[in-house]
Amino acid sequence: MSDEVVLQTFALGKRYGKRWAVSELDLTVRRGDVFGFLGPNGAGKSTTIRMILSLVTPTTGRIELFGKPLRQNRKEVLGRVGGLVERPDFYLYLSARRNLEIVAALRGGVSPRHLYETLEIVGLADRAEDPVKTFSHGMKQRLGIAQALLGPPEFIVLDEPTSGLDPQGIKEVRELVTRLSADRHMTIFLSSHLLHEIEQTATSMAIITGGKMVVQGGVRELLSDREVAVRFDARPFERAREVLAGLPFASGIRQNAESVEVCLPPDRIAEVNRLLVQLGLEVRSVVPKRSLEEYFLAITEGASEVSPSARRTRTN
Amino acid sequence: MRSIVGNEILKTSFKWRSTIAFIAVAVVVPLVLIGVKMQGDAVVKGATRALGQDFLFFGNILNGYFVTALIMNSLWVHIPFLITLGAGDQLAGEATAGTYRILLIRPASRSRILFAKYLTTLLYTLAVVAFLVALAVGLGIAMFGTGVLLVQGKMLTVIPESEAPWRLVLACGLAAWGMWSVASLAFLLSSLVDNGIGPIIGTMAVIIVSYVVSAIPVDLFRAMRPYLFTSYLNIWQKAMEQPLPWGEIFHSGLVLGAFSIGFYLITWYIFVRKDILS
Repeated sequence: MSDEVVLQTFALGKRYGKRWAVSELDLTVRRGDVFGFLGPNGAGKSTTIRMILSLVTPTTGRIELFGKPLRQNRKEVLGRVGGLVERPDFYLYLSARRNLEIVAALRGGVSPRHLYETLEIVGLADRAEDPVKTFSHGMKQRLGIAQALLGPPEFIVLDEPTSGLDPQGIKEVRELVTRLSADRHMTIFLSSHLLHEIEQTATSMAIITGGKMVVQGGVRELLSDREVAVRFDARPFERAREVLAGLPFASGIRQNAESVEVCLPPDRIAEVNRLLVQLGLEVRSVVPKRSLEEYFLAITEGASEVSPSARRTRTN
Repeated sequence: MRSIVGNEILKTSFKWRSTIAFIAVAVVVPLVLIGVKMQGDAVVKGATRALGQDFLFFGNILNGYFVTALIMNSLWVHIPFLITLGAGDQLAGEATAGTYRILLIRPASRSRILFAKYLTTLLYTLAVVAFLVALAVGLGIAMFGTGVLLVQGKMLTVIPESEAPWRLVLACGLAAWGMWSVASLAFLLSSLVDNGIGPIIGTMAVIIVSYVVSAIPVDLFRAMRPYLFTSYLNIWQKAMEQPLPWGEIFHSGLVLGAFSIGFYLITWYIFVRKDILS
């Protein structure tokens, strides 16, 4: 993962009537990332992608691609970007090749060889001349990815690329994404409402719900279950802090008005609790804060017990 | 740019909806010709009734040019309808198909794509009108031969056989120019909705209401007439007046052109700013 920023949004927002579909969105995608944009249905993922690809004008904020503002440099930056927005729709009465040629003409044209190669990458080379209306959903999805690969672009934006696919199809897309990132050094931004999908392919991720981002960072850091954040109501707080600071396996110690928070391996929580009690502290409560996975499941199932404090934004 | 225009023409040509207009013309023109063949005398008598008492008419009155002029009366309502079928689908059709999502995420500007679509629409319109006139003249001459062109207006105009061909060509061109304003309106409505039927109904509604308003002899409506673009759609008839009223042709042409350009500019303004949610 390099330092060059490929996509950055600043306080990006979109309002339809009274409803804010997206608000205060600050995303950062670096070159070489496979960035997973995760959120339940209706969270604002597609709206964000439409803004990045210039289909929709933001109400607030701005977007920069390759360090340049999108609005003023649209032609230049979009020439380096490929995208697939929601379901793959094409001119059904034209052949796969024809459809790609139409798209290619809008980028200033690509060589027939490159076009054929793109079809080969997605496994549709033998169906190039067939009208798209004869394609199955999985094939249309692959053609959708093919048109995103024309160029070739440096940055690809894929909106739920595995939606509607069978397990074989999902596996193929996942492998394709990995290949594109590893072999062709493309930076990839993909959205999904399935955590396990993001877990398997992405290197960085962000979670969005209700139009707002709640967390952003490296996948490994965020989803690691090596540690759990635990809130101790152990008094006096300063003493608790000292004790915890002395523990080699504790990290991220934070004290606030009502508790001391610390990151611990899950199997050590009981031990720490016992230690605090033995040292004479008054331990009123021990609350493990939800791990990211639990948190995400909670928001996707619309659970009401999501604590407000978990909604803060943490950036990498 | 050329490839973008080429692709737009390709897309339109391959759509089955685009062939409806041509099929309709190809079916109706022969039907009308056959009908005229059977009732020919009645048609001619109708045209010459007033003067028939004092004058003798020689020659082949019921000829290919005459029936072509007759058929061109379909330019009031029937041809506009066929035009809106194609023009109204240009932008709305992409929304219905969902293909804006692969078209408009490219470096090519929306202005360029819009202009390519507009050119395609104009070409389609010209093709329909030219096909109508060519088929009518071709089949008409084959069935009825040539002769003097009699045009019934406020007066009965006689156009000699030598002039008739180029007058009809001029009429065809002027008709296309007029139909371009109809196409432009349908194009504009096409940018406002996501389905291809709305623009058809909208454009035809505007045309028919305008005709009705123009026909009612009320002072208010009479004052509105110069501002309705339908008032100038009779431009093709002027090609068959003796002498050719170049001044009027020019004036009508200018007004129709202004309407076409005006409709296009409004479409441009809307399209460049539109949020694509389809």
